[in-house]
Amino acid sequence: MSSHSKLLLAGILATGLLAAPALAFDFGRPAAPDEIKLWDIDVGPDGKGLPDGSGTATQGKQVFADNCAACHGENGQGGIKDRLVGGQGTLASNTPVKTVGSFWPYATTLFDYVHRAMPYPTPGSLSTDETYAVTAYILSLNGIVPADGKLDKDSLPKIRMPNRDGFVPDPEFDPAKLFHKR
Amino acid sequence: MTFKTPIEMLSRSANMSRRGFVGGLSAGILGAAATEAAHAESLADVPDRGPGAELGAHSERSRFVKIDRIPEATPGKRNIDPGDAINSKTPHQKLVGNITPTDLHYERSHSGVPDIDPAQHRLLIHGMVRKPLVFSVDDLKRMPSISRVVFIECTGNGWENWKKADPELTVQNTHGLVSTNEWTGVPLKFLIDQVAKDRDSTWMLAEGGDGAGVDRSIPLTDEIVNEAFIAYGQNGEPLRPAHGFPMRLVMPGFEGNLNIKWLRRLKFGNAPWMTRWETARYTQLLADGKARQFQLRMDTNSVITRPSGMMQIQPGYISISGLAWSGHGKIAKVEISTDGAKTWQQAQLSLPVLPKAQVRFQMDWAWDGKPTTIVSRSIDEQGNVQPDRKSFIAAMGTNALFHYNAQQSWSIDEAGRVRNVLA
Repeated sequence: MSSHSKLLLAGILATGLLAAPALAFDFGRPAAPDEIKLWDIDVGPDGKGLPDGSGTATQGKQVFADNCAACHGENGQGGIKDRLVGGQGTLASNTPVKTVGSFWPYATTLFDYVHRAMPYPTPGSLSTDETYAVTAYILSLNGIVPADGKLDKDSLPKIRMPNRDGFVPDPEFDPAKLFHKR
Repeated sequence: MTFKTPIEMLSRSANMSRRGFVGGLSAGILGAAATEAAHAESLADVPDRGPGAELGAHSERSRFVKIDRIPEATPGKRNIDPGDAINSKTPHQKLVGNITPTDLHYERSHSGVPDIDPAQHRLLIHGMVRKPLVFSVDDLKRMPSISRVVFIECTGNGWENWKKADPELTVQNTHGLVSTNEWTGVPLKFLIDQVAKDRDSTWMLAEGGDGAGVDRSIPLTDEIVNEAFIAYGQNGEPLRPAHGFPMRLVMPGFEGNLNIKWLRRLKFGNAPWMTRWETARYTQLLADGKARQFQLRMDTNSVITRPSGMMQIQPGYISISGLAWSGHGKIAKVEISTDGAKTWQQAQLSLPVLPKAQVRFQMDWAWDGKPTTIVSRSIDEQGNVQPDRKSFIAAMGTNALFHYNAQQSWSIDEAGRVRNVLA
């Protein structure tokens, strides 16, 4: 028996699969669609991955006060952690202020980041509706959505952030060109 | 022959006692050369031999050795409360050789260090694959493995010197966010075959199991597919929690942030996800207000670690020593100037010189006691030359925050005091 087949056999025994499995199943186990859903939280710039639900900036004001203001300041600035509001027009100065409003190129990134990483002590604790709401509120503080604006999976990816064209890809890893040579 | 050591580590604390000063001396790489009166001058004064301590389950450092990382925050924020630290820096001024001791490998964590029970940890690989799979730590350990010595460098390494040079900085402060370890794990390519990745998938999202769920989009170039691996071993033992236990991605030559720690998900797709880390955070703001994105590779770099910031030297023989590394491959050459970058001499490299790993360099020097500036520059096998400060800043401005690899200059005054300067 070759060492390769021994490996294969060990894999079969360890996973308890009696039928001759495809090689890919020799290590690990198949991921069930339902459990993938639990972890598949990422959101792309085209909105792919955004969940159902919605929230308004008005609702978001309360979510922000309850969950975010302690670190980010009452209106998204002046807190002990990252400033979220203002800074437009400063990026070429000696003291650039990088905030959601002045720097972030995609609104979808804000939803994704709040959803996965915030609030810092209890990441993932906000509901989908609360996440849409607080996203809308932070964008409204930056003048990007109206004070009574509402966001959902259709409207969020359509937002054009002020600094959308503010990024220049490194030539070696430019996503627009990288895999087009093949 | 003199017993005087040419280099002494000065305490950064002005009111440190003499006893403390001597302790600091003996703590560093130069401890054996200490010559204060309390130390043995005659062999008759060397303490007698005798039975030592009982053998233990593991080895501790000598009580005479004081060597630690320093937790710090953003540029200029030092001596901070550990709760406010965002990184912890390697004490290169006290290290020798090419390999960083495991507990002194630099750390950058975005949401603390999770306490993960490996029995409950899982890695999900899904997306554009034919067979989405879940792996345990044991599953990975059963697979064929590779071991490789590579540097990992935080994208913020060197960021203290963008705008000014604080003369009080040591090389730990300026360059403590790069380290080199041997990592052991499973090639990404092996896992790609296991899940039968779709040929049209060109990007991969890697996500950590920390509170922040740090995630980065990784382009599946041939180089990355061939070299990336999922590590569970670090210098021969399981990863330390601060470095990603029980498993992390290792991306030789690329931004530290891409080497996702506590890895629990790989998702295959065909475009970058534009995560917070690759848009708002690890992008370089240029002078015109535009930001460079996806500058994923760490460029060629070097720094003199001895003598370096806050040390004091005496006239005479000095063995200049330092570290060089490049994300492009092997270091081909390191040159040192001891006259403020007017003339350059080639340093010796400590073998083996490995691709995408730090290598120690050395050069003999006789200091004449006159003020000067010493500086090193590296050239890698692709021909990339570490830029001087002036041309680097001309290209990048002073707001980029990340990817600082300009040549590091140390000034030496008439008293032999070594200080951080911009050029």
